[in-house]
Amino acid sequence: MPVTQLSTRLPHGAAGSAPAASQPRIRIRDVTLSYGPLQIIGGVSLDIVPGETICIIGPSGCGKTTLLRMLAGLAQPTSGSVELDGAVIGGPNRSVAIVFQDYGKALLPWRTAAGNVSLALEARACPRAERPAIIRELLEKIGLGRHTEKYPAEMSGGMQQRLQIARCLAQEPKVLLMDEPFGALDAMTRQALQDEVLGLVATTGATMVFVTHDLEEAIYLGDRIVCLQPNPGRVGRIVDVRLARPRDQLLTREDPEFLRLRRELYDLIKDDHQ
Amino acid sequence: MSASTLFKNGWRAALLPVALVVIAQVAATVTQLESDSLASPLDIARAFVSVMADGSLLRATLDTLKAAAIGCVVGVGAGSLLGIVLGLFRIADDALDLTIELLRPIPVVALIPVVMMLLGFGAKMEIVIISLGLLWPSVVLARVAVKEVEPRLMEVSNMLQLGFTDRLVKIVLPAVLPQLFMSLKLAAGYALVVAVTVEITANPLGLGYGIMMAQQALRPAEMFAYLIWIGAIGWLIGVLLNMAQRGFFPAFVKGERR
Repeated sequence: MPVTQLSTRLPHGAAGSAPAASQPRIRIRDVTLSYGPLQIIGGVSLDIVPGETICIIGPSGCGKTTLLRMLAGLAQPTSGSVELDGAVIGGPNRSVAIVFQDYGKALLPWRTAAGNVSLALEARACPRAERPAIIRELLEKIGLGRHTEKYPAEMSGGMQQRLQIARCLAQEPKVLLMDEPFGALDAMTRQALQDEVLGLVATTGATMVFVTHDLEEAIYLGDRIVCLQPNPGRVGRIVDVRLARPRDQLLTREDPEFLRLRRELYDLIKDDHQ
Repeated sequence: MSASTLFKNGWRAALLPVALVVIAQVAATVTQLESDSLASPLDIARAFVSVMADGSLLRATLDTLKAAAIGCVVGVGAGSLLGIVLGLFRIADDALDLTIELLRPIPVVALIPVVMMLLGFGAKMEIVIISLGLLWPSVVLARVAVKEVEPRLMEVSNMLQLGFTDRLVKIVLPAVLPQLFMSLKLAAGYALVVAVTVEITANPLGLGYGIMMAQQALRPAEMFAYLIWIGAIGWLIGVLLNMAQRGFFPAFVKGERR
């Protein structure tokens, strides 16, 4: 199915009347994860409704990435369960896509931008004849329309991360997981990509779980922000973000509510660092 | 050294060999060299022209190169295949590791009598020995290459739920291809060494046999002509493979892989 047909978007947050909202897209139930005697995650529960954007913040070592890997099916909880649309996630699943922070390692260096996107289409057995149009559309949407025949080594970091996002979108995922995707990019590129990801998530209706250590990024992107606490990783607070959409890099960040949230989150995180 | 830099800076590199040849010729002329073990450069050149003219050198070269090339392809091919399997499957690696480590240290030259007893003289015996000599190094190199494939790429293929064949063809093989070519390049030089060794010690064909015959017939000029020719062939193969590597895997050659 071409990407364009996925344009119906559930409203952000709990969509009261929609039947899909009665069942969460992702349900995390009492999840713990231990490596031997070391407990990484200690009892996390969270429901995420379809179309929602959840940002996960917390000090380093609090299990943000581990939690995300469990959602991706790349790690299994020691106890408890992670469900997607009511079914336990037992392993990787094409309807869940993950964007890794180290874009340089996640791309195939021997394939062009178009070839890298094509990999996801090949994986879901998309007919060969349909691929070029989908690839062109995706790359244009993410701002790589003029670079389809470039190899990753010929691209800047921002372009490479755009490419990885395009490949993930080619999976047509229900859930888009982002593991500090913009942490290694400069401030301007990061802001541009934040807006593009928000736009793409809005048009595809995907549910997004976004791990970041940048408080402002979390507020700017999220419907809710989950603050994890370390040793072992657990949910400290869940903060609702009631900022209007579409968001704007200047207006949203000057909103008194944005500033209030930033202060609130800062105080929360600061306590964990002491 | 690429072909263009060779031509540009060739005179500097050629200085020493040319000087040595001139010195040897002067020494031979001054001492009026008459020897069963040494020959003057001019005599060597004359001998070279004569073995070239009667076709014996070209026939010997073809025999040796054919055996080396087939042995190389078979040995590196089979070895790389086995290495890839061992790199992919932990079980296979555990099962075969001891066997490989026991077989690996056997010098390939020690196989000459064994294989000769089984297959007799001829090209087939030589090819088998060359293949066996290249097998284990290729296994080891391919196994390491597969194990060093970026783990993130394996996670990407997990997330995309790629099947085994897709994973092999689209992720693992392209990732290890530069190393496999490197393996082939090293093997080519080694194959020539083993081929000539087999021909000198046992097999009555090829360049090694030619050099032996010249020595036993007390024709030092012809012997040196063969020797220098073998050196030139080996050098040429190296140059060609380096050029091919530069063409196929430019990033790998520069050392900034990927």
